[in-house]
Amino acid sequence: MDFSFSDEQNQLRRTVREFAAGEIAPHVMEWDEAAHFPAELVPKMGELGLLGVIFPESYGGAGLGYVEYVIVIEELAAVDASIALSVAAHNSLCSNHIYKFGTEAQRQKYLPRLTSGKMLGAWSLTEPGAGSDAGGTRTVAERRNGAWVLNGSKTFTTNGHSAGVCVAMAVTERDKGSHGISAFLVEHGTKGFRSGKKENKLGMRASETSEVLFSDCVVPAENLLGKEGEGFVNSLQILDGGRISIAALGVGIAQGALSAATKYSRERRQFGKTISEFQGIQFKLADMATQVEAARTLTYRAAWLADRGDARHTKESAMAKLFAGEVAVRVSSEAVQVFGGYGFIKDYPAEKYYRDSKLCTIGEGTSEIQKLVIARQLLGIR
Amino acid sequence: MNIVVCVKQVPAKDAPLAIPEGAAWIRETDIGFELNEPDGYALEEALRLKEKHGGEVVAVSMGPERSKQAIKEALAKGAERGVHISDDKFYELDPLGSARCLAAAIKREKFDLVLTGLQSDDHGFGQTGVLLAELLGLPHATIIMQIDAADGRLKLKRELEAGWFQWVELPLPAVLSIQSGINKPRYATLKGIMAAKKKEIATLTRAELGVTVSPTQRIERIYVPKKTKKTEILTGTAKEAAAKLVEKLKHEARVL
Ligand SMILES: Cc1cc2nc3c(=O)[nH]c(=O)nc-3n(C[C@H](O)[C@H](O)[C@H](O)COP(=O)(O)OP(=O)(O)OC[C@H]3O[C@@H](n4cnc5c(N)ncnc54)[C@H](O)[C@@H]3O)c2cc1C
Ligand SMILES: Cc1cc2nc3c(=O)[nH]c(=O)nc-3n(C[C@H](O)[C@H](O)[C@H](O)COP(=O)(O)OP(=O)(O)OC[C@H]3O[C@@H](n4cnc5c(N)ncnc54)[C@H](O)[C@@H]3O)c2cc1C
Repeated sequence: MDFSFSDEQNQLRRTVREFAAGEIAPHVMEWDEAAHFPAELVPKMGELGLLGVIFPESYGGAGLGYVEYVIVIEELAAVDASIALSVAAHNSLCSNHIYKFGTEAQRQKYLPRLTSGKMLGAWSLTEPGAGSDAGGTRTVAERRNGAWVLNGSKTFTTNGHSAGVCVAMAVTERDKGSHGISAFLVEHGTKGFRSGKKENKLGMRASETSEVLFSDCVVPAENLLGKEGEGFVNSLQILDGGRISIAALGVGIAQGALSAATKYSRERRQFGKTISEFQGIQFKLADMATQVEAARTLTYRAAWLADRGDARHTKESAMAKLFAGEVAVRVSSEAVQVFGGYGFIKDYPAEKYYRDSKLCTIGEGTSEIQKLVIARQLLGIR
Repeated sequence: MNIVVCVKQVPAKDAPLAIPEGAAWIRETDIGFELNEPDGYALEEALRLKEKHGGEVVAVSMGPERSKQAIKEALAKGAERGVHISDDKFYELDPLGSARCLAAAIKREKFDLVLTGLQSDDHGFGQTGVLLAELLGLPHATIIMQIDAADGRLKLKRELEAGWFQWVELPLPAVLSIQSGINKPRYATLKGIMAAKKKEIATLTRAELGVTVSPTQRIERIYVPKKTKKTEILTGTAKEAAAKLVEKLKHEARVL
């Protein structure tokens, strides 16, 4: 058993840290307050290789695995979770759906643009009436004159406004239930396709979350992604990988909050001492650090399993996502506490970690749904 | 243009520095290390010159095994080769000793230009580049803010004090100490990091280089400066107190 990172993985971590410190950190609060998604970062991240970590070099990717991908998301999230979330939706949801289930022509058409950051990707499963119960999808796609016509609306799509391509799930055969849903590639600018309301959110404010609307939106037959009727089943597999990225997001947020709290505790003086000298604060920091480490270990193990590729890692991904998501919320809440009144104030970093952290127990399946997934695996329920 | 760039690995900026009682150096276990920031600017300048004029960039670093990481970072950013002078006791060397080792390694290379950072973030001697030039018998300039290379000559902008600059010209080969802020260093790309794995790092020792050094200076002890505050109340009438204050400012604080 070897828990160490390679020299290259350590170098990757340093690179992402430097990039985040140089290009993101100075703007975090400005983007958060304005709920502004910094599209100008996309080509820069593409150039570094952050947008194609897990894809082969033949598609412009870096040809690396989930461990490296987790490093990227973790380090971005420690500085700005919104950026990490947008990168995660782009990579492990949109691009990965195309990579895993697309035809060679579809991969060639989209992946080089997605990995290089010339195009941002979105992935739309959730609907107003179909969240946890995504099988309840209402958006429909009908065959007409050799093409597909989409009608319906999606909600909460990350990158919904800026994406050049959206992978959207729609019902193609109503009576087949979850085997009657298919995935489609819809390009920005397609007639009948538009992004709707951009949500005003508690956290992750610099990440776009928006409605995506289809009204008589015609896409050619070749835009069917994966086998007809398998869109929902494929989505569940995509989420196995996606959940690892949300776990990484949680680890990054928790680590960022812990680092900020540790630093602050050494500077802040009350009762003639730094607050780090009080055992009450020391125990808090010790608990926080232990939880972060446990979440990190679960997350990297899920990533390691995903890289081995010889077994489904549904249970481990769900466990990592469940645990790291909850840890992100707990640890960032404790960080606010260590900051005292200043933890409540926007001039200090603690409150933003706290706001952002909550998404980790909701996005890509709520904590409750992770428990359902884990229990089904434990009990062998299909 | 073949360029040698000297890169040093130093304790990370955010590393908590522990100093054992009476020690001559910090405790190195449990802290992170990184590329000396000023050397990052020298490396970037070397890469830009290479991209403009052709040739290769060779990164040279002296230190224990871990300092190979500084070379790997240079390789990931685009240097062609690395030379590691493996030395576990390098922190005992004074700048002259370091420069002797570096010079011996660099003499084995075919180069047109040697770049160093202005100083290192740990010892901060700011001497290594200057001594290196002397030992190599080459012209040298410090605090470089701009390099224009043409026809085997360099036009260099040097930073002086108080916002002044100076232009100087040097023939090649030469040694330059680069000022931080001269450029915006690039980030290593994922592809660069993976490509660096296949690049060569040659390892040399002091013995192989045939360098023997006897230190000309020794660090006795390092410590965190103690802050001492002294308040003195001047008594007497306002006039007398003012006169005493002037005396003190003249003779004790020496600011008048
Ligand atoms: C910032 C953000 C970004 C997002 N990005 C995307 C995206 O890019 N693409 C996309 O498709 N979706 C995205 N989503 C949607 C997200 O995946 C859903 O919000 C999530 O799956 C929960 O669905 P819901 O909001 O409809 O909640 P609901 O399903 O209505 O859940 C409400 C509550 O009921 C609980 N619950 C539901 N069913 C059960 C059950 N069977 N047993 C026990 N408890 C249950 C839930 O755990 C939750 O606590 C995003 C959401 C957010 C907030
Ligand atoms: C929205 C808001 C409104 C407010 N309104 C008012 C107001 O109207 N009037 C007013 O006077 N004040 C007001 N306050 C200030 C508030 O009462 C203080 O923020 C609070 O008492 C904490 O003090 P602090 O922020 O300096 O934190 P600190 O005292 O610096 O505490 C930082 C951390 O150290 C811990 N800590 C400190 N000492 C010890 C110890 N001995 N042992 C263990 N742990 C310790 C704390 O519990 C906390 O976790 C307000 C604050 C906010 C955020």
